[in-house]
Amino acid sequence: MITREAVLHVARLARLELSESELERMRAQLDAILTYIDRLKELDVTDVEPTSHAVPRVNVMRDDVVVPCLPQDEALRNAPDRVGEFFRVPRIIED
Amino acid sequence: MTEQPIHELTEAYRRTATTPTAVTESYLARIAELDGRIGGYLTITREQALRAAAESDARYRAGKPLGPLDGAPLVYKDVLCTRGVQTTCASRILEGFVPPYDATVVARLTAAGAVMLGKGNMDEFAMGSSTEYSAFRPTRNPWDLARVPGGSSGGPAAAVAAGLAVGGLGTDTGGSIRQPAAFCGIVGLKPTYGRVSRYGLVAFGSSLDQIGPFARDVTDAALLLGAIAGLDPCDSTSLEAPVPDYVATLSRGVKGLRLGIPDEYFIEGMDPEVERAVRAAVDVLRGLGATLEKVSLPTTRHALATYYVIAPAEASSNLARYDGVKYGLRAAGAKDLIEMSSRTRAAGFGAEVKRRIMLGTYVLSAGYYEAYYGRAQKVRTLVRRDFDTAFGRVELIVAPTTPNVAFKHGEKEDPLSMYLNDVFAVPANIAGLPAISVPCGFSAQGLPIGLQFIGKALDEPGVLRAAYAYEQATPWHARRPSLPS
Repeated sequence: MITREAVLHVARLARLELSESELERMRAQLDAILTYIDRLKELDVTDVEPTSHAVPRVNVMRDDVVVPCLPQDEALRNAPDRVGEFFRVPRIIED
Repeated sequence: MTEQPIHELTEAYRRTATTPTAVTESYLARIAELDGRIGGYLTITREQALRAAAESDARYRAGKPLGPLDGAPLVYKDVLCTRGVQTTCASRILEGFVPPYDATVVARLTAAGAVMLGKGNMDEFAMGSSTEYSAFRPTRNPWDLARVPGGSSGGPAAAVAAGLAVGGLGTDTGGSIRQPAAFCGIVGLKPTYGRVSRYGLVAFGSSLDQIGPFARDVTDAALLLGAIAGLDPCDSTSLEAPVPDYVATLSRGVKGLRLGIPDEYFIEGMDPEVERAVRAAVDVLRGLGATLEKVSLPTTRHALATYYVIAPAEASSNLARYDGVKYGLRAAGAKDLIEMSSRTRAAGFGAEVKRRIMLGTYVLSAGYYEAYYGRAQKVRTLVRRDFDTAFGRVELIVAPTTPNVAFKHGEKEDPLSMYLNDVFAVPANIAGLPAISVPCGFSAQGLPIGLQFIGKALDEPGVLRAAYAYEQATPWHARRPSLPS
């Protein structure tokens, strides 16, 4: 069973603030879903290669040439907060 | 004129029986009249549509239309980036986001002369099977407004079924085109993984996501697929294989075609009306000369569990980008970066998206990775092998699209019961295979039922050809819900 502490830990990893009421509901729902997922344990997967993509493709290369790309101003246009050519965020480094 | 499929419409343009502007105006008028009740659209791009239609008019007047989609009024699911037009994924976290570029599929349809009517409603970030998880408003099924249109592409599906667009684009990560197509009584096609570029599709499960058409009939689905398919340098997972003429091979019929019926797609608890309709459809196919064989896909029982590890894992990684920095919502007043992101995500994501992010983060976290994600990737191999084995004996698989017809709004409160809706749809995503849903009858209450064909990788011509043969032999695709016209 997934514990309340595990849910809190995962929420921190996922950068997701959960309210007290969300926390218990989330715990119970994750528990039910994980119990369903546990049926995967019925299968013997010894010596089975994992599939990460249904259609395998490797190292798709292109010529190393400069092509037109998104202008900086357009790339910044949707930012909630910006200063000049930067995204502005709360301070991350102490003085 | 909001009744005709694309191929009849553009034929009428060529005969000058009508014009793209006249048809676009009819659709816009119908949207204004009916979409308040249906909720198929999140954004209506009226001015842009009329401009595009006028340009299309001029091409027909000059005798130089761009092709069979020129002047076709379409709806695009709001997960596809549209330059200068808000793209929200039906999420508060992206409210107000205006993409600086078009998704490749949008650019290709624009280049083919298509007219965008607007952006279709959906479950938030394409996570859901009912379109009830849209942060803005639910979509209603045009066959019964008390019921859901399916999801996650419920908006475009309902719009096409209700005559609020002649066709459209959805996305299918675990059934999100086929299930709403089945619930709304239209055609929906999920192409082979990589057949259609995902550039400009806001990512959910990157190894599963595919864009595909919604249409009134199979011919239109073939036309739309032909326009959007093909290699794109902006998507390194797009396939190099040449794009065939999907319309040219439609009428080859199913005589001598070997079709497989998987035992595992007729399960306890499925709606007997659905089973009856699908078995009757199989008889029709047999009558058309197809050979029917039983096949076994033994890992089907585990496909949905596999999906609910892989898709949330990929989603938790993809959705990490919504951190309040680059676009969309930012929560105010946070004292540091982590608090800002955590509060932004708490305020901006709905309950289902939070659940999937949590589930995905959990199955990828230290100590659980091998037990869940590693194992699911191995089971994914087993699901693929099942199909490989079956396709050694048959050319296509025929099955129900869903175990039941459209359910009522609010009926599936428990997340797991919602997930179980896609039990017949997810295997094709896990194996990356093309699959189509076509109407195959109605329940006693008048709700549509969907028939699914699944093909080998890149055998879109095969699934389209079988679907077309079935469609031409049956009356279902011609039925429309009774809404005022």
